[in-house]
Amino acid sequence: MAIDQGTTSTRCIVFDQNARLVAVAQREHRQYHPRPGWVEQDAVEIWRNVDRIVPQALRQAGISADQVVAMGITNQRETFVLWDRHTGVPIGRAIVWEDIRTEDLVTELGKKQGIEEVRDRCGLPLATYFSAPSLRWMLDNVAGLRAKADRGDVLFGTMDTWLIWNLTGGVSGGLHVTDVTNASRTMLMNLSTRQWDPMLLEFFGVPSSMLPEIRPSSEINGRTTRVVPGIPITAALGDQHAALFGQTCFEKGSIKGTYGTGGFLLMNTGTELVRSKHGLLTTIGYQIGGEPTYALEGSIAVAGSLVQWFRDNLGLIHSAPEIETLARTVKDNGGCYIVPAFSGLFAPHWLSQARGLVVGLTSYINKGHLARAVLEATGWQTREVVDAMNADLGVPTPVLKVDGGMTADHLLMQFLADVLDIPVMRPLVAETVSLGAAYAAGLAAGYWPDLEGLRRNWHLAARWNPAMDARHREDEYANWKRAVELTFAWARSTPSN
Amino acid sequence: MLRLLARGSGHHGLTEIADSLGLARGTAHGILRTLQRVEFVEQDHTTGRYRLGAALLHLGTSYLDANELRSRSINWADTLAARSGQEVRIGMHHDGAVLVVHHVFRPDDSVQTLGIGAMLPLHATALGKVLLAYDPDLSAAARRRELTSLTRRTITRTQMLERVLTEVRGQGWAGEAEEYMPGEASIAAPIRIPGGLVIGAIGISGAADRLCDSTGRPRATLVRQVVQAAESVTTSLVDEN
Repeated sequence: MAIDQGTTSTRCIVFDQNARLVAVAQREHRQYHPRPGWVEQDAVEIWRNVDRIVPQALRQAGISADQVVAMGITNQRETFVLWDRHTGVPIGRAIVWEDIRTEDLVTELGKKQGIEEVRDRCGLPLATYFSAPSLRWMLDNVAGLRAKADRGDVLFGTMDTWLIWNLTGGVSGGLHVTDVTNASRTMLMNLSTRQWDPMLLEFFGVPSSMLPEIRPSSEINGRTTRVVPGIPITAALGDQHAALFGQTCFEKGSIKGTYGTGGFLLMNTGTELVRSKHGLLTTIGYQIGGEPTYALEGSIAVAGSLVQWFRDNLGLIHSAPEIETLARTVKDNGGCYIVPAFSGLFAPHWLSQARGLVVGLTSYINKGHLARAVLEATGWQTREVVDAMNADLGVPTPVLKVDGGMTADHLLMQFLADVLDIPVMRPLVAETVSLGAAYAAGLAAGYWPDLEGLRRNWHLAARWNPAMDARHREDEYANWKRAVELTFAWARSTPSN
Repeated sequence: MLRLLARGSGHHGLTEIADSLGLARGTAHGILRTLQRVEFVEQDHTTGRYRLGAALLHLGTSYLDANELRSRSINWADTLAARSGQEVRIGMHHDGAVLVVHHVFRPDDSVQTLGIGAMLPLHATALGKVLLAYDPDLSAAARRRELTSLTRRTITRTQMLERVLTEVRGQGWAGEAEEYMPGEASIAAPIRIPGGLVIGAIGISGAADRLCDSTGRPRATLVRQVVQAAESVTTSLVDEN
C-alpha cells in the first residue's frame, strides 16, 4: 500500500505482487493563498483525508488490514508543518514548496558568511523552494515560537514525518522520523553524513530538538495504531525519488522524467556523490539498507502548466490534450519559439529574473505553430537538463523513462526522442510515484526479494525512437538556445526592485 | 429552445424565450447556461440576446478529439494490457478506416513498434466491426464498397457482414479470428460519449490460440476484460464532461 501525499491531493493505492493496481482512493485538499506569493495547506485536513482514504482503498480492494504487507509513504517534497509535541496541534498551516514569501530572506541569507559551504554540504542552492528558509521565517515571525522551540516543545516535519507521527500514535508515542530523501530537500542535511549538519542548523538558526530522526528510505520501522491499526509502515520517500525507484532506475546513469505541471528529471549517479558543475541539484536518490544511491536532479518549472496557460489564458484550445490536434495542423514550428520563464528559469540556468518570451513571429505564424512551440519548449528544456546530466556524469544516458500526464501526448513524446536522440520509454504502470513507495515498503517487508525482482515487474507500454535528422536537430537546438539567451537579456534590461 | 432560436430572427432575449416556451425565467436561464457551456447557444455581448452557437454546425463531425480520448483512456488501456497480457489499441473512424489513436505494447518486453496513427480495415478487425456496428451510415457505405479479402477468412460478402454486425450489437462486443492476419485474432468493445453515441472502440489483439478457445470462439475472460475496460473509459468520459 502506498500513500501519496501530493501537492493537490492525497491518494491511497494498493498494488499486488505483480505491481498491478488493485485499488485507488483519493481526496483533494484546499490551497490557501493568504497573501501574494504565499501558499499554505492545512495539515489537519490532510491527516483527516488519510483517515478516510485508507479504509476506502481497503474496501475497494476487498481486503482487511492484516492482508496489507506494508505501507510506504511518498509525499510532496519541501512542504513542512510545525506542531506542538504535547497536543499534536499544528502551529499555523503547512508552508508549501511553491511559497515564495522568503524571497527577501533568501537574498539576505545569500550575503551571509558561509553560504558557499552551505551549498557544498547540502547540495542545494539557496532558494525559497527548500524548507530551511521558510522554517527560519516561521521561527522569526510567529510570536513565541522560537522560545517554545528552544524548550523542545515544537516538532518539525515534512509531510511524510507528519503522517508517520500521526499514524503511529501522535501524542501517545508517535514516531518522529523522516527518510534521507525528504531530509535531503530541507537544506539542513549533510549529504555525506546523511545527518542534520550542525553548521547548517547554525546557519539557518534552527534548533536541533525539533528535527526528526533521519532514517534510510526502507527503514522506517513503524506500525499504524490509528486509522487502520496494525499495518507496518516500512518506507518513506519524496515523490520524485519514489518515481525514480518506481521506474526501476537502479543503474548508474539511468534517468526518469515525470511530466506534469512541471517536469522533474532525476538521474541515478550510483553510490557516488556527484557535485554538479552544470546547474543541477545533488540529492539522495534513495537508500535501501546501508548505502545510499545518489542522484542529480534537474527541474523544469513550466511544462504542462504552459499547455494550461495556452488553454486558459489564450483560449486557443478547450482541453489540454487538444494542443496535439492543433499542433498537428502544421508540419513544423514555422520558426517560432516560446520560452516559458514565467517565474524565472530553473535547471540548468537558475535565473529567477528571467521572463518568458515568444520569438520568431512573422505574419506566417498561426495558432498551430504556437501550439507546436508550446510542446517543443518542454522538449528543449529536457534536452538542456539531460545535456547537463550527461556532462556531470561523463557518460551519455542511453534512454529516458517517462511518466506523468503529459506522456499521453504522442507528439511531445516523439519530439523528446527526436531532440534527445535516444529512445523514450513509457512503463505500463503510470502511477510510478505510488509504485515506488510500495516497492520500497514491500522490499523492506520481504514481499519482493530484491531489486531484480522489481525490475521484472517493469513492462514497456510504449517506446518512441529518435527519427530527426541530426543537422535539423542541431539547428533547432541552436535556435532554442538563442531564444533562452534573449530571456536573460530581457531580465537584465528590466529594472529590478 | 434550439428550435425557437433556429426560427425567424434567431436572436431572442431571456424573457422572450421563457415566455414563448412557457417556462419560468429561472428554468429557461438554467437551460440556456447549459447550452452555452456546450456551445450550442451563444450570447451577444452587447444586446444580451441569445442565438444558436457554432458547435451546432459541427455536431456531426467532432464528437471527441482523438488526443483527448487517448489522454482520458490511457490508464484503462494500461490496465487492460496488464490484465489480459495482450497489446491494446483504441481506434476511431477516419476516412473509411480505423485510425489507431492509442497503442499499448503487449507486456512481455518483446520488441514492438508503436502503431499510433496506423490505419486498419473496418471490416476485418474487431475495432472496425464495433465502429461499423454502431454507425448506420458507415456500415451502409461499407455495403456499397467491395470488401477486400486479406486472408482466406476475411468476410467479403456484405450479407455475412450484416449478420455479424447485428450479432455485435446484440452482445456488445466484436471478435475476429484470422480475418485480418493469419494466426492473429482481436476482441473489441465500444466507447461511448454521454448520450450513448459510440465514438471509438478499445480492443486487444494477439495470437489466435491465446485469444480464442479450442472452438475458435474468443475466450470469455478476455471478452469480459475488454468490455470492462470499454465501460471504464465510457464512465470516465461522463465524469469529466
